[in-house]
Amino acid sequence: MASTQELQVQKKREIESKEEGTIPARLFVPVADIYEAPDALSVILEMPGVQKSDVAVNVEDGVLTVQGQIDLTKYKGLQPLYTEYNIGHYARSFRLSSKIDQNKIAAEMKDGVLLLRLPKVEEAKPRTIKIN
Amino acid sequence: MITGFSDPFDALFNLQRALEGRLTSGWLHDLTTSQGPFPPINVFQQGDDALAIIELPGVDKDSLQVEAKENTVRIAGKKAWVCPDGVSVHRRERTFGEFDRTLSLPIALDPDRIKAEYRDGILALYLPRAERDKPRAIKIS
Repeated sequence: MASTQELQVQKKREIESKEEGTIPARLFVPVADIYEAPDALSVILEMPGVQKSDVAVNVEDGVLTVQGQIDLTKYKGLQPLYTEYNIGHYARSFRLSSKIDQNKIAAEMKDGVLLLRLPKVEEAKPRTIKIN
Repeated sequence: MITGFSDPFDALFNLQRALEGRLTSGWLHDLTTSQGPFPPINVFQQGDDALAIIELPGVDKDSLQVEAKENTVRIAGKKAWVCPDGVSVHRRERTFGEFDRTLSLPIALDPDRIKAEYRDGILALYLPRAERDKPRAIKIS
């Protein structure tokens, strides 16, 4: 048996919401990793096929919303022979805690992976108390 | 190293997959069609040629390896987990590891004219059909 476990395909999760979309496209939930460092939280989302210019990150009422649009025109006129995955836009939202400094959120997009850096407010950062 | 939640069913399925993978591997047969289902591939027809679109987000372009021979294309590489030190993991849904997949096409390819492009986490392979494989019109005299 191989020592390294083979990478498995993750099934794309489609959004199930009460509202229906008005655009004729599927909407998927991008897979996410969340890490916490002492000074910030990192949220990493996988959105293959989304260009940097087609990502929208919004914060409203303490909810961070990420939307990624894929370019469906690239698939126009292509005749599918064999398919294993479906394509569609991406959307996901997270509720932010009061520990996050909402004005300093930074985003970076590379190879279809969106990295969001959510810095913590000064009061929430760990500090050592000096003993006199 | 952080491992995911262990699930006894997962372990069983992995064992079964590994056993089935052995059966379909080159150890017992003279050709392999695939060594694992990752990455997912969509194949489209573009005139005479084929176009394979592969979802591979977050892979370093330099670690990707594409080889072609006759009617098969091999896509291998590594999706490396880059994680800064001293962080705690709250959520881990992305998967990482090595992959090696061979795609067999029903047409003969011209390996010299294959073009590969990796952009925005999508690998596109332009797979031109070999001239000798194309149907020829026969003139009736």
